[in-house]
Amino acid sequence: MLTWIALTALLLFSLATFMAGRRRAVATTAGKPALLHSLPGYYGSYAALWVGVPAALFILLFAMFGGRLEAGLLRVDPPAAVQQLTAPQQDVFFDDARAIARGGMPSETVYDGALKTALDEKAAQSNQISNLIQYGSIGLGAILALAGAFIAYPRISPQFRARNKVEGWIAGLFIVCSVTAILTTAGIIASLVWESWRFFQAVPIHEFLLGTEWNPQIAMRADQFAGAGAFGAVPLFVGTFLIMLIAMLVAAPIGLFSAIYLSEYASSWTRSVVKPLLEILAGVPTVVYGFFAALTVGPLFRSFFNWIGAQLAGGSFDGLAQYLMQVQNQMALVAGAVMGIMLIPFVSSLSDDIINAVPQSLRDGSLAMGATRSETVKKVVLPAALPGIMAALLLAVSRAVGETMIVTMAAGLQARMTLNPLDTVTTVTVQIVTLLTGDQEFDSPKTLSAFGLGLTLFAVTLMLNIIALRIVQKYREQYD
Amino acid sequence: MTDAALPTPATNLRQTVEARLKKRHAQEMRFRLYGRMAIIVALAFLAVLLGRIVTQGYSTFIDYQIAVPVHLDASKIDKADPTGANYDLMVANSVLAKLGETDDEFGNKSGKVMEIMSNDLGFQLLKMVREDPSLIGKTITVSGPVKSDAALYFKGQIQRATPEDERKLDNQQLDWMDKLKASGAVTSGFNTGFLTRSDSTEPEQAGVLGAIVGSMMMLLVTATLAIPIGVLAATYLEEFAPKNRWTDLIEVNINNLAAVPSIVYGLLGLAVFINWMAVPRSSPLVGGLVLALMSLPTVIIATRSALKAVPPSIREAALGVGASRTQTVFHHVLPLAMPGVMTGAILSLAHALGETAPLLMIGMVSFVPGVPEGFTGAATVLPVQVFIWENASERGFHERTAAAIIVLLVFMIIMNLAAILVRRRFERRW
Repeated sequence: MLTWIALTALLLFSLATFMAGRRRAVATTAGKPALLHSLPGYYGSYAALWVGVPAALFILLFAMFGGRLEAGLLRVDPPAAVQQLTAPQQDVFFDDARAIARGGMPSETVYDGALKTALDEKAAQSNQISNLIQYGSIGLGAILALAGAFIAYPRISPQFRARNKVEGWIAGLFIVCSVTAILTTAGIIASLVWESWRFFQAVPIHEFLLGTEWNPQIAMRADQFAGAGAFGAVPLFVGTFLIMLIAMLVAAPIGLFSAIYLSEYASSWTRSVVKPLLEILAGVPTVVYGFFAALTVGPLFRSFFNWIGAQLAGGSFDGLAQYLMQVQNQMALVAGAVMGIMLIPFVSSLSDDIINAVPQSLRDGSLAMGATRSETVKKVVLPAALPGIMAALLLAVSRAVGETMIVTMAAGLQARMTLNPLDTVTTVTVQIVTLLTGDQEFDSPKTLSAFGLGLTLFAVTLMLNIIALRIVQKYREQYD
Repeated sequence: MTDAALPTPATNLRQTVEARLKKRHAQEMRFRLYGRMAIIVALAFLAVLLGRIVTQGYSTFIDYQIAVPVHLDASKIDKADPTGANYDLMVANSVLAKLGETDDEFGNKSGKVMEIMSNDLGFQLLKMVREDPSLIGKTITVSGPVKSDAALYFKGQIQRATPEDERKLDNQQLDWMDKLKASGAVTSGFNTGFLTRSDSTEPEQAGVLGAIVGSMMMLLVTATLAIPIGVLAATYLEEFAPKNRWTDLIEVNINNLAAVPSIVYGLLGLAVFINWMAVPRSSPLVGGLVLALMSLPTVIIATRSALKAVPPSIREAALGVGASRTQTVFHHVLPLAMPGVMTGAILSLAHALGETAPLLMIGMVSFVPGVPEGFTGAATVLPVQVFIWENASERGFHERTAAAIIVLLVFMIIMNLAAILVRRRFERRW
């Protein structure tokens, strides 16, 4: 709250500096504004930027990290009674002290004797520190703003190149914005690698990548025999691969054929109707596909297979019949098929672009030699577009591997090594969601394993994307 | 010798060519058919998907309200502390009176009535008595929804033909409900409650208002971060950046970020925003931050293609009359590219609106019974609400899930239409 008031005051002050700066610029020319190097507004902006930006950054920085600073300062020189507590107990103690200071809800730990007095002391101290940080940062911010005004205001003179200076600030802003993209990647990699590294200290990396048993529900304890094999991710990779394969078997032919039809055969009217409809299919949120898979497709497929099983029962395929009668809603086929539907517009629009990029002269040449249209497509257009189509399919695979909601809602939780589409399997993304939702202590290998899975997922999709983009780039050069 | 032999092979050749041509044309027809079938299948999927959701969800928008006069017995309500009284029982007894029945000594009948009446009626009574204690001793009429199982019976989704022990309501309850409906105590109407209430553990009292407000707040955070940063980054890369290794790196980076699975952004949010920067969990702020990072690449890519479409002559003219590069871009190029930028921005926000997976990582799956209190309070959003309700076991939530999806799709359609309108209205062809 106080921060917002301070920021509003700062904004008003820098607006005032803007007006003052502009007026001073005009005043220094003694009635001949044409003598100014820049437009008067630039002089005002220059002063206002010096006043507003450093102070605002300073205040915001403290607003964001003030809490951590306070927690750190609070731990300096702890009372003797607290020093005897174990490290986790100390964490709880200091959290409680801060909660009491804020009037929040402390934990249910009971403190008495020396600890109780220490707690009250620390709570009072916490309030002091937080006030100190808050008022201190605002005070320092005010000093910064004034200092900015003292630096910028005297510089205003007709010869001063204010526009170039302001454009310098803008260039800085440009670079900060562009670097955000790099920072995001760095953040993703750093957080995944850091948490995974902590995970790999508990579970060796080869065990994670090559182990064939996945059972993270049993959290590893000291008295347990190392939890051997509980974090082997191979079944998850197999499950992900199986569902991806089913999805691609649905999406690749349908997407590819509709792209060919739309670009080679369809009238412009058909195109103008079908393309937006496919875009709707592409715009449907994945949670909707998940709902559709779980409550419509799943029961439908199960009753279909159960019915087939009932027909076959007692015959020479009795074993198969018994199996079919027991299939579940969460079979891999359901999640895979619905994911395939989701990928159709993705494959179709990417391939459409690529087929359209094949020069018309190639088609004309083939048609002039007497080939039919389908022969032209099969013998000329598709071979020319093949690298691009491969790239499109790779991007679709990457989407299928990273897709979360459909599998979370429609696939199972049991990790099984099977390629049978009627079995329930689980995927990497399902496990990440299951491990990180629900109550969690952040330090157990169970929750950390989600980051190990995330890192694997990120690495695989990144590789697929890079290969796909490489192929597309190489292929484009041929016709440009 | 060759002359004499020619005619025979010629007819043969003609025959073989004709046969082959026939085959080739048949192949052509088949190929075309495959293409047509692929499109029909894709569109059929779309029709089934949307049709199924509408048929599952439309019934949510009809609800059944009951109005009963309840006597607030002064002997049963403590004036000093009205909270302690059993208002549900009072409602149940009033309903029984209306049905011409009396409760037995074990309270079996009133218990059965409570199974078909929403406890919202009791809450309303408590609220009224608290606000105005003089009501005690009087008879007032309350109206509220019936329990979701009862509504399902009225909607025909629980049927009398089902054996009694396989359905949630027994024959007596069904008889009562028919009687109440016939007497006019139960009326049906448009379910405004679904749009004006927030999440609840009782299906008949659950609504999407909290989720809609949460989604709006989150999109606001996303838009205020992703659009300016994305537009400025794209402008820099397209108009100012020198071609060197750094800018190449940024470019490759953006292309790759656009294809990173959304759940990875959730992991980033959990590790960086929540664990490191201590932003409150499941708040619109942290959700908006994560989605802003996720939509940044799309905004950048859309902005760049919009900037590319502005002809160089505009820039040359501006530079020619003495504008600086910054002035050229901000006064001329960006305003002309604005329609394209806005279209791309709206579409990427629509995509962010439907995103679920990263929000599960940052703790948005918790039950939030009201409208979010602020940008740092706990909130839920529409797609996550869909996910939460889909997991609920009560049958009444199933239709509500589909209805929440309808609301979500309506919002997405509105945003997409807005994008199309912007494009149609303002786009310039050069």
